[in-house]
Amino acid sequence: MSEAKAGRLSLTLKSTMESVDEIEAVAEKLAAESGLDENERFHVAMAAREAAVNAILHGNEYDPAKLVFASFENTGAALVMTIADQGKGLNPDSVPDPLAPENLLRGSGRGIFLMRSFMDEVHFRQLHPGTELTLVKHLAPAGKNS
Amino acid sequence: MALTIASREVNGVTVLDLSGRITLGEGSVQLRDAIRGLISKGQKKILLNLAEVNYIDSSGLGELVSAFTTAKNQQAEVKLLKLTKKVHDLLQLTKLYTVFDIKDDEASAIASFT
Repeated sequence: MSEAKAGRLSLTLKSTMESVDEIEAVAEKLAAESGLDENERFHVAMAAREAAVNAILHGNEYDPAKLVFASFENTGAALVMTIADQGKGLNPDSVPDPLAPENLLRGSGRGIFLMRSFMDEVHFRQLHPGTELTLVKHLAPAGKNS
Repeated sequence: MALTIASREVNGVTVLDLSGRITLGEGSVQLRDAIRGLISKGQKKILLNLAEVNYIDSSGLGELVSAFTTAKNQQAEVKLLKLTKKVHDLLQLTKLYTVFDIKDDEASAIASFT
């Protein structure tokens, strides 16, 4: 299910791998239409994918009764993507630093790090239940419009 | 594009030629099954040719790490060959470049196995 309002696209998705792929594809299209270069498009799409995996795998745990809500918007100054789940909630501070020597050989725990590396801003909001991630990629130098 | 894996033997080393994406779901599972299958058959020298892999997500990175540690626990070795720029950059960003033995040339990679 999708809804587009004044340049903002909202999706309501099932907790499936297909939804992960769809969120990634929409993010990549938005990044391409925003004129970002190939490398930045890759970063935006991958950050969206990681956020979707967080929501569907770790948040909703593939529960068919739980949904994922995604929105995508080019505000002119930035690309803003939000991805929300209906899971138990995520405390990002509880995720160990994946770059610490003792964590390098862990098989998981790199998703949030990658999102933060690839985007200009990453915000977490607790929804009770669920978590909303907001990913922002600036399109213009900070302060240019202020 | 889904992950495809072709296997060949070169001087006692199993080379897995990977093509596509290593991501959560199918790609990661395929890689895990391939590595575990080789190790269970007693293969100790495994070279992952990533020349045709242009996308790895955090789950795929985790799978590469798991392949490395699974092999090490069985006294086997997993090395990486021919990283694309995107994969190279990801391994540097996540400091996994320091974990893996990474080669650019297949002949020297084969020769490097003990």
